[in-house]
Amino acid sequence: MFVRLSIAVAALSLLSSAALAQGAKLTDPQIAHIAYTAGVIDINAAKQAEKKASNKEVKAFARDMARDHEAVNKQALALVKKLKVTPEDNDTSKALSKQAADKLAELSKLKGAAYDKAYIDNEVAYHKTVNSALETQLIPSASNAELKGLLQTGLKIFQGHEQHAEHVAADLK
Amino acid sequence: MSSGRHLATLAFLTFGAMAVPAHAATIQIVMQNLVISPSEVSARVGDTIEWVNRDIVAHTATARNGDFDVMLAPKKTGSAVLKKPGTVDYYCRFHPNMKAMLKIAP
Ligand SMILES: [Cu+2]
Repeated sequence: MFVRLSIAVAALSLLSSAALAQGAKLTDPQIAHIAYTAGVIDINAAKQAEKKASNKEVKAFARDMARDHEAVNKQALALVKKLKVTPEDNDTSKALSKQAADKLAELSKLKGAAYDKAYIDNEVAYHKTVNSALETQLIPSASNAELKGLLQTGLKIFQGHEQHAEHVAADLK
Repeated sequence: MSSGRHLATLAFLTFGAMAVPAHAATIQIVMQNLVISPSEVSARVGDTIEWVNRDIVAHTATARNGDFDVMLAPKKTGSAVLKKPGTVDYYCRFHPNMKAMLKIAP
């Protein structure tokens, strides 16, 4: 619990310190990049879980994550194309990707029930972090109304994932 | 005498056969931006509930008591016929923050 919480807190402060380091409000091209990156991270974690998970419910959860995040990212790509916005890489996206790569490597060393638990616990923590970033930073900073709208829908979907992950984690106990 | 009774029976049968379909309604419930609306619906046994998913992700309409579990693909519709009276809470298995209720009269 403590470890899980501190990972979430660390990720969150990374996110906010990276954003603060930029000195100014995030721009729409940066926000689009961060949101898209956050989706890719969860899709990669899901793909690993689809191969490695042994519990049926965990496997099904991973499939749900890949499907939903792919749908949201597809929508995001269509929107940036329509708005003629080019997503712009930034320190927050870089920090998120780096941290996700480390987590994926750490999870790859686990097996069986230990892997299942670590994956689901991380999904709870990760969705908490992303949802909090969406609520407190990305949505308030977004200028374009359509981008804001997509982020708001995304937030509701990911809040659903957070609860779903919590249910799966509780069932594992 | 006997033909009169036959007529009465026939009338009853016809009425009886027509009464059920005439009562049964199809009630539409929309899922949009992860909100189910209306979130509370009154219906009767025999009615059909039709859920319209307007979102880009799949949802389910899953009864807590196990009465139905309808899969709703993105931008698709699904339905269930109500078989038993009672108050049924249902939710989406993929997004448990989506919750609603049916009040089913006999
Ligand atoms: Cu759903």
